[in-house]
Amino acid sequence: MEAALRTIRDKVFAGDRLSEEDALALFRTRDILSVGEMADFANRRKNGDQVYFIVNRHINPTNICVNRCQFCAFSKAKGEPLAYTMTMEEVLRRAEEASFQKATELHIVGGLHPDLPFDFYLLLLRTLRERFPAMHIQAFTAVEIDYFSRIAGLALDEVILRLKEAGLGSLPGGGAEIFAPEIRNRICPEKISGDRWLEVMEAVHAAGLRSNATMLYGHVETLESRVDHMRRLRELQDRTGGFQSFIPLAFHPKNTQIAKGYTTGLEDLLSLAVGRLYLDNFAHIKSFWIMVGPKLAQVSLHFGVDDIDGTVVEEHITHAAGAQAGQEMTVSELVTTIRQAGRAPVERDTLYNVVREWPEGRA
Amino acid sequence: MAGGAVPTEGEIARLLREAPLFELGRAADAVRRSLHPDGAVTYIVDRNINYTNICVCGCSFCAFYRDRSAPDAYMLSEESLSKKIEETLSLGGTQVLLQGGLHPDWGIGEAERLVRAVKRHPIRLHGFSPPEVWHFANRSGLTIREVIARLIAAGLDSIPGGGAEILDDEVRARISPRKIGWEQWAAVMREAHRQGLRTSATMMFGSVEAPESIARHLLRVRALQDDTGGFSSFIPWTFQPGNTALSGDPGFGKSAAAGFGHAVGYLRVLAVSRLLLPNVRTVQVSWVTMGAKVAQLGLFFGANDFGSTMIEENVVASAGVAFRMSEEEIVATIRDAGFRPSKREGPPCST
Repeated sequence: MEAALRTIRDKVFAGDRLSEEDALALFRTRDILSVGEMADFANRRKNGDQVYFIVNRHINPTNICVNRCQFCAFSKAKGEPLAYTMTMEEVLRRAEEASFQKATELHIVGGLHPDLPFDFYLLLLRTLRERFPAMHIQAFTAVEIDYFSRIAGLALDEVILRLKEAGLGSLPGGGAEIFAPEIRNRICPEKISGDRWLEVMEAVHAAGLRSNATMLYGHVETLESRVDHMRRLRELQDRTGGFQSFIPLAFHPKNTQIAKGYTTGLEDLLSLAVGRLYLDNFAHIKSFWIMVGPKLAQVSLHFGVDDIDGTVVEEHITHAAGAQAGQEMTVSELVTTIRQAGRAPVERDTLYNVVREWPEGRA
Repeated sequence: MAGGAVPTEGEIARLLREAPLFELGRAADAVRRSLHPDGAVTYIVDRNINYTNICVCGCSFCAFYRDRSAPDAYMLSEESLSKKIEETLSLGGTQVLLQGGLHPDWGIGEAERLVRAVKRHPIRLHGFSPPEVWHFANRSGLTIREVIARLIAAGLDSIPGGGAEILDDEVRARISPRKIGWEQWAAVMREAHRQGLRTSATMMFGSVEAPESIARHLLRVRALQDDTGGFSSFIPWTFQPGNTALSGDPGFGKSAAAGFGHAVGYLRVLAVSRLLLPNVRTVQVSWVTMGAKVAQLGLFFGANDFGSTMIEENVVASAGVAFRMSEEEIVATIRDAGFRPSKREGPPCST
């Protein structure tokens, strides 16, 4: 084993915090077996054999967006041929399907629509909460929250408060991309800054809502910028403790403005494993099977991951950029995938309460 | 494992089931490194050509075969064969992998004609797995020795290791009852090696077999290799259930859930294969069944060959699996893993 890795391993076994140099060394190594072993150790110390999944449904109410991020194949301008905005009925129909399928979570994110008023989103939340009180609503990235505050002319805290009163349960982790300005200005110049993303999340956590955190990798970012991104997440988590999970997102190049191949398996596993090892104050590391494919997602359960997201059912954002995975994994497929990896499947709700455990032989 | 004694089936099965994943990986990686200390990972640019999908074997794990009366049954014309080979050559391809169903009318004459048609082009021919060789012998009333000699005379360069499935007749009785048994498979390979042909050996796992059967398969390949030294590579891959009769078999679901036909199971089997076959130089990943990402990881679990670009692939595709990789992607994937990509033009055989 490389000397740098030996030092890191000692720290991991002792439960000591890794430095940014350590994280960089982990990203640079090709000794993937050693990294995997350490990440697996760190994961099992926290989560044992348990691997979580959720029965959920993604709803993307609109793809019309005032931003034009270079890495995005989903957004459209108003009036473009494939632009869409769902009616309230269309959203409700999807929620109803989810409810029939015993989903515990609706995952709702969309574009920054130029015309829809803030009240539309409040109405959406209220309607969903009234009709489907059993489902947790995880909705709106920090980017959307900031946008609401601008279109409504309201302070951030006020926006969050009103959304919470209307039924918002927690926030997903999207829109983080890469915080470092020199990268961010190249891939999403119109999007809120990394500082602002963190500021929104801090306010969200202060309001008593939990959220996730993501990192988009595999485009034009440097390894240093990945580590910088994770450092800022770790610092905020030290202050608020409000992040539930870290979700590295693999850049998908198709139909985007960035000429780059798909990420490799090694790159995916390293992002997840370094997340587990460096982000010692995050309980959960999630491998989103839509992004990396169900096969690598299964392998990642040995590389520090304790969550493979959920049933999803309908996904447009990553598929627009060429994701090859399907749209849906059934509960039985998720349970089998986890069990075949030698781990214990646990259906969770959004806040990681156990909905159901799946003992041997009942997939 | 170390120390020379050949492990028993029970010991191998226990390794498959219980050994910690990373320990398996490390042990397999050590064997790979000792055989290939230069960090080279090879690949080939070639094309799979399936001359017919008409097959009397009708294996329940196969989504490719058709009855001759089926509307989509086909036999490749010499004209389209030539076109495919010319395309392959123009894409920098150096080899054709030629395999087909066991056509009820085909004997040695048809096989020779096909070999000559391929060899009119400046390209290697890796063709006819043992069940096909056996079929030609049967149809034409010849011995295996005669068939192989005539195929070599016609221009055959090497033989692919297909049709091995699991080299255990109990398993074969369930998934391929009309296919040759393991001893016939081994007899064809032994004779091919005796006549100087290199061959590969494959293993299709993740259907209904128990780990003991995987162990038996590995031990049989190992013993045969000790005798002949003619296997240039070993290629394990997973059963692809889409569109197959076997996937609808109630017994299958249970075996599959407990089996190794998934990504983590694949890495375990790959590593154990590398450990058990130190006498076979090359172990190949199967990106066609596992995808580029898991295949790349396979390079850390004992594999030293990335297989082929497969300009065309029909058999796995008919089970609904559609991974594709270009030469550039294969090279980039190997390099990204810290290995040195090396294009090969012949054996280790590609399938």
